[in-house]
Amino acid sequence: MSPKEPGEFPEVTPGSEPDATDNLPENTLPVNPDALQPEVIRVRQGMFGTTGSGDTSGYGGLVRPVTMPGGTPRPYGGWFDEFADDFGTGLAEAGLPHAVEKVVVHRGEITLFIRRADLLEVAKLLRDDPKLRFEFCSGVSGVHYPEDAGRELHAVYHLLSMTHNRRIRLEVTCPDGDPHIPSVVPVYPTNDWHERETYDFFGIIFDGHPALTRIEMPDDWPGHPQRKDYPLGGIPVEYKGATIPPPDTRRAYN
Amino acid sequence: MTTTENTTRNREYDDPYAPSSHTDEGRVFTVTGQDWDSVVTGVAEEAEERVVVNMGPQHPSTHGVLRLILELEGETVTEARCGIGYLHTGIEKNMEFRSWTQGVTFCTRMDYLSPFYNEATYCLGVERLLGIEDEIPEKAQVMRVLLMEINRISSHLVAIATGGMEIGALTVMTIGFRERELCLDLFELITGLRMNHAFIRPGGVAQDMPPGALDQIRDFIALMKKRLPEYAALCNANPIFKARLQDVGVLDLAGCMALGLTGPVLRSTGYPWDLRKTQPYSGYQDYDFDVVTWDTADSYGRFRIRLAEMWESLRIIEQATDRLAGLEGAPVMIGDKKIAWPSQLAIGSDGMGNSLDHIRHIMGESMEALIHHFKLVTEGFRVPAGQAYVPVESPRGELGAHVVSDGGTRPYRAHFRDPSFTNLQATSVMAEGGMVADVIVAIASIDPVMGGVDR
Amino acid sequence: MGLEEKLPSGVLLSTVEGVAGYFRKASFWPATFGLACCAIEMMTSGGPRYDLGRFGMEVFRASPRQADLMIVAGRVSQKMAPVLRQIYDQMPDPKWVLAMGVCASSGGMFNNYAIVQGVDHVVPVDMYLPGCPPRPEMLIDAILKLHDQVQHSKLGKNRVAEIEEQETEALSALPTSDMKGLLR
Repeated sequence: MSPKEPGEFPEVTPGSEPDATDNLPENTLPVNPDALQPEVIRVRQGMFGTTGSGDTSGYGGLVRPVTMPGGTPRPYGGWFDEFADDFGTGLAEAGLPHAVEKVVVHRGEITLFIRRADLLEVAKLLRDDPKLRFEFCSGVSGVHYPEDAGRELHAVYHLLSMTHNRRIRLEVTCPDGDPHIPSVVPVYPTNDWHERETYDFFGIIFDGHPALTRIEMPDDWPGHPQRKDYPLGGIPVEYKGATIPPPDTRRAYN
Repeated sequence: MTTTENTTRNREYDDPYAPSSHTDEGRVFTVTGQDWDSVVTGVAEEAEERVVVNMGPQHPSTHGVLRLILELEGETVTEARCGIGYLHTGIEKNMEFRSWTQGVTFCTRMDYLSPFYNEATYCLGVERLLGIEDEIPEKAQVMRVLLMEINRISSHLVAIATGGMEIGALTVMTIGFRERELCLDLFELITGLRMNHAFIRPGGVAQDMPPGALDQIRDFIALMKKRLPEYAALCNANPIFKARLQDVGVLDLAGCMALGLTGPVLRSTGYPWDLRKTQPYSGYQDYDFDVVTWDTADSYGRFRIRLAEMWESLRIIEQATDRLAGLEGAPVMIGDKKIAWPSQLAIGSDGMGNSLDHIRHIMGESMEALIHHFKLVTEGFRVPAGQAYVPVESPRGELGAHVVSDGGTRPYRAHFRDPSFTNLQATSVMAEGGMVADVIVAIASIDPVMGGVDR
Repeated sequence: MGLEEKLPSGVLLSTVEGVAGYFRKASFWPATFGLACCAIEMMTSGGPRYDLGRFGMEVFRASPRQADLMIVAGRVSQKMAPVLRQIYDQMPDPKWVLAMGVCASSGGMFNNYAIVQGVDHVVPVDMYLPGCPPRPEMLIDAILKLHDQVQHSKLGKNRVAEIEEQETEALSALPTSDMKGLLR
């Protein structure tokens, strides 16, 4: 968890290149079969902050890859299949066959990984298509995976269809070196402040946003605080007879 | 008072409280106090010029530290913008350095008028990731519903009280806080704290109901049934109240959907969207209550909705109390030892909450239980990797926690979709074109809590 | 009421400092500086059950220029700190500051980039009140202790001497982390 742990991990690209999708039957969500592997985001080495030769617990040699749930193969179960078919039809009609990188169905929730170039079109489709009708967007949430090269910054959109009483999640990734994601404010004006907040905290620049400025931090604040490489800040606290360092520099018990 | 021309700095003195600002068009009048006369004469000279006024962040009527930047033409607001972030606490980042259970103590302080809702949405998200949604004991579910509904009443009371105070109805403030004390007494009895209780935890709730709690809740219900009509009698047909609130802050259904507003604002347009009914959680589908709507989409409608929702909450509390009466001795925390320790706590001889039985068990009888207790306290439980979003219907709208886990004992990312943050975007739409006094009323009808807005 | 009946021969003797202190503390107007959760508890103390009106303090002045006491109730973020200082500077002398809650006293549980770790980094504080949030009774206790302090503070030359004495004491005080033997 703490930034000081080193991370080297095997190359895994859950597939942003479209291929082998032409052979799939019609009206299916075109998804790369490689995307079915669990996504390794980092490899944890050691535990309890043990380093060096003084470690007698043996936990210093622990190596554990950290994986997020990978893509789910069809059938998804429940209403997800019907939704995926309608969505696939809509995408094909809109001329966006490769918009979806991966579909994850986990704990009863469906997450669609969308290519960032197609995000605006996909959002418009999801909002306007009468079988989909996801007219309510709950907001953008940013997540930073610093060791997942090329896919460091994720922007997560939660969509709600009040007509059909359904929820889905869209996830868009972008690399640290090119942190641009098209803004969905033209489609969902409610994301105005949410995108400003995600920019403020992660540095993701939303292209097409009417006024992308800092919203929570002071206007001239350097850095983007909720990124993993930004320290928590904080000062050591003095107690009677002891000084306790701030939480991110303390010894971790996990 | 100083005026700044477009790009030049013509000043005879340097005012430390009003540094020069550079604007691209128009004249900016910087008001620092004691110079209202010169402002008025200055504005009168250029009748078609506008005044930019800063309301807040320290202001008695802005519901907390909200900064409103208003461009006024006389008394009419031509442009209204919100400046937020004056209460930003970095709670979400702080949660990444604490265990999952400790995260509850942090998220509880976001929307400080409805702490149980913050805790509930976070715990529901964590429970969904753990996959234990169906194993939460029934008594824990009922207690969660009970506490959330009492919280709804106390939050609506503050909304009505502060809203009344802001328009000058000070009696509403006094009686609102008087009733709120009854709610806080119940909280103190059940959870131990008046505010910011870290009581709803992943797996259930922290403690069982104390003896005598059900009687006190029933007394509370009876007393509230006599007290709530006072608000209606004082405000509903009051001509001044109606004149201040009717047709102020109008936002129709299309506006609400575009701007993503939920809660009483959305229900005041007539659309009965309530997550307790449409996407129930914590057993809400087993309770009998109605979704309150109004049809005028203005501040008066939202006020009436809040009053009526308090009555509906009383109904739910009554049903929850009856169910609790039949659940004596039932567990309130999940039985899985790797997630939570048993919560049959009692007050020990030193006044601290301890369970002597539990301590005797872990110290004397079972090594495994001691290890579990130790690991839970120091390390915390592990949550499988993934993400979850389980929204609840807080008094202000849809409150959801997007919880991301990387398989560890700490949240990898916990982002809260706060209703006040989203609802406050409607200020410009509601305020522009109206008068300055209506801005206050419109914001009061949205009922933002700046702790939730800024987090 | 009835003070004049208790006086022998109807004459009351006091000191200028005593009378001035009494007047200052008896009508001690707070400035509204409620920020977060502590602000709600502050409003409740002004409410009917815990009544600050008994002490002449129910009147929370919106304008700092008419206030004596600034109760900093809640967490002060980095963005809010200059505003806090500005309000403090706008208050006329004599003024007092009460840091209500742990967030105002020391940053509280939020030891991070966004919160000022104690408002004494920004304004001089006369009374620290811990609690998260402090109960209204605790707030009233802190206010009464502050009233005591106000009642017994000196005037004129004595005041200058008092301030100097307090400062030398504070400068030579033992830092908290060096205070040993008090952990239990």
